[in-house]
Amino acid sequence: MIDFELEPQILSRLQMFHAVSEHMMRPISRDCDEHEHTKPTKFYESMWQASAAADIQVGNDRSKKADGAAASAPRRANLMTVLSTEELCWGDAGLYLSTPNSGLGGAAVMAAGTPEQKERFLKRFKEGKPKWGAMAITEPSFGSDSSQVTTTATRDGDHWVINGTKIFCTAGEMAAEKSEGFVVVWATVDKSAGRPGIKPFVVEHNTPGMTVARVENKLGIRASDTAALIFDNCRIPLDALLGSAEVRKEGGFKDVMATFDATRPIVAAMAIGVGRAALDFVRDFLKDQKVAIRYGISPRRLTAVERDFMEMEVQLQAARLLTWRAAWMLDTGKRNSLEASMAKAKAGLAVTLITQKAVELLGPLGYSRKILVEKWMRDAKINDIFEGTQQINMIIIARRILNYSSKELN
Amino acid sequence: MIDFELSEEQQMIRDSVGAFAREEIRPAARPADESGTIPAALIAKAWQFGFVSGAIPEKFGGGDARSAVTGAIVAEELGFGDISIALHVLAPRLFAFPIVEMGTDDQRAKYLKRFAGPDFAAATAAVMEPRFDFDLSAQQVSAKRDGAGYVLNGGKCYVPLAAESDSILVYAATDASKGFAGVDGFIVPRGAAGVTISEREKNMGLKALATYELTFKDCRVGADARLGGDKGIDFSRLMSESRVAFAAMGVGVMNAAFEYARDYAKERKAFGVPIATKQAIAFILADMAIEIDAARLLVWEAAYKLDKGGDALKESYLAKNYVSQSALKVTDNGVQVLGGHGYIREHPVEMWLRDARGFSAIDGIATV
Repeated sequence: MIDFELEPQILSRLQMFHAVSEHMMRPISRDCDEHEHTKPTKFYESMWQASAAADIQVGNDRSKKADGAAASAPRRANLMTVLSTEELCWGDAGLYLSTPNSGLGGAAVMAAGTPEQKERFLKRFKEGKPKWGAMAITEPSFGSDSSQVTTTATRDGDHWVINGTKIFCTAGEMAAEKSEGFVVVWATVDKSAGRPGIKPFVVEHNTPGMTVARVENKLGIRASDTAALIFDNCRIPLDALLGSAEVRKEGGFKDVMATFDATRPIVAAMAIGVGRAALDFVRDFLKDQKVAIRYGISPRRLTAVERDFMEMEVQLQAARLLTWRAAWMLDTGKRNSLEASMAKAKAGLAVTLITQKAVELLGPLGYSRKILVEKWMRDAKINDIFEGTQQINMIIIARRILNYSSKELN
Repeated sequence: MIDFELSEEQQMIRDSVGAFAREEIRPAARPADESGTIPAALIAKAWQFGFVSGAIPEKFGGGDARSAVTGAIVAEELGFGDISIALHVLAPRLFAFPIVEMGTDDQRAKYLKRFAGPDFAAATAAVMEPRFDFDLSAQQVSAKRDGAGYVLNGGKCYVPLAAESDSILVYAATDASKGFAGVDGFIVPRGAAGVTISEREKNMGLKALATYELTFKDCRVGADARLGGDKGIDFSRLMSESRVAFAAMGVGVMNAAFEYARDYAKERKAFGVPIATKQAIAFILADMAIEIDAARLLVWEAAYKLDKGGDALKESYLAKNYVSQSALKVTDNGVQVLGGHGYIREHPVEMWLRDARGFSAIDGIATV
């Protein structure tokens, strides 16, 4: 039965996330943006403790949920995740991404690991000091075409030996060197085998042969580190391979591609959080300036500002509803690849434009670093890029609606 | 609790109305657009679905069930078939539903029975006025209290089926300073003194729908003609219901253009391959699909708010304006995907583009 109402328990939980945004993120938001590689350690500590105490699940941490999606998950888990993500990214999307947790590395372990591996690699996130998990897949020579992995894993007695370079690894520095975390590295065990030869390996922090080559300087989300990692004869134990070494089994790679169905609505929700921050700011600002937004009047009598504001508002709501639907489908056990990509494509683009418009509407004030609106415009853009660019998602949507394979439409 | 699933009953309604739209309305759409007439048999058949009688109270022989969400689902399906035909077969709602919702007991008893009968009962409402900055909340047709009744003056346009309706619900300002709250509805017999009905209007699209201009010159009606009596009406809510209905039809038009363009693009070959296998075309289709789903969800949300009892002014306004823009874009893309063929009247996409342009111009000619 069609229903657009959030129940009171969810709303009160969201208030808690909102308080985190307002009191822990916003106050350090500008500072973390201006000092890109300085770590807000106090923030990490508080978030780590809050997460342990109240089971607040922050970031791309799906380790607490069975396989990201499946029907066994509680009926609201994915919806709750997108709602809380929006709330936290209203605070700060970069800080949200930098929050200590198992991250995408944890998601890969959950998707491809054995029960023993899940226990071994993930239990650290419930104890001790703040830790990070990360996933390294992108290489300098490819991005969206993730079947082109050139990093190799070669069997040498009781070890795998990893060689190659990985880039764009979110929280890579924290996971590899600055905490007792790990990095899940995608490497090929047999280049001639193509996709089925690509396997995920867990490389523990400070493993000799793994070095952080650099941490990128970015347009936005500067509170989140984006690392380049070099693997130079990096030796790891045999049981660091997640799942099976058998090349014919496509298992691992396919499973992790399937986690996009769960992560794309989350990225859409990140975008929506940033967009809402900008929209709220503009709304309050216009109210201060005594500029009324007159809903219901003739569209021919709207001012340009009213028209722009309403457009921002309705685009954001459209993206939000698509995102809720994609999450709801996961919660109810429905296949949602199409809808997840729709939400991601819509939200990524809509919020890119909404935040750009917010800067424009505020004129000289919007362009100034005194307020956060210009930062939100820079932060927003990443959502149109990572977890599948706008264009990759459009291809996925097009294939689905046309019933074409990747060979037929590429 | 957030849920995007239709109820079983809504699913059944969607399936049966959808099949009717696809199999019977759609084939009639082009001839109706060219000739300006809709086959009587088709109108009669649509009437059997009970789109109007379903909401009439039981004691007058109706089904006593009304939901804006279900109404939006029906409107979308009919709009998918053809929006002119949809507007025609649903036009009696414009008169009947406000009486069901806000009429006095006398008004209900007097007017509702005929909508529960077996034959199509033409009826309508007059909302729009022929001004570029027409504003629902600033009606220029005035209703002045005069002795025991009211005197109406001013002009209306886009009044569907005015020439064949016995009575017309006319909206007019009783107090122009009060915005929506100052607007009332008046039940005016078509032949009342002081009412002039124009020749049929000639419009860019919606050509199968007969619409008229109405002029009121010192048209006198009794106090009992005022909808809702002394209590008056919640005009803002009525217009939200209207926006939701019209927007839902727009989603149907968008979907019609999308399906047609998608199927064409898979058939049509260029450079040896179907044009749909080219990203330039595939991305247009993907964008159309996103916009349709986005628009539908906005419409459903506004409808849901109406069902919960709110006036949903903001949601329905934003949803309708969203559809005004996205329906234009999507139907334009429909023409574009077909290229030169899209411009030829042999294909329906040019008709949908003409129809879609109407959303930005018109309000108040449908309701849920």
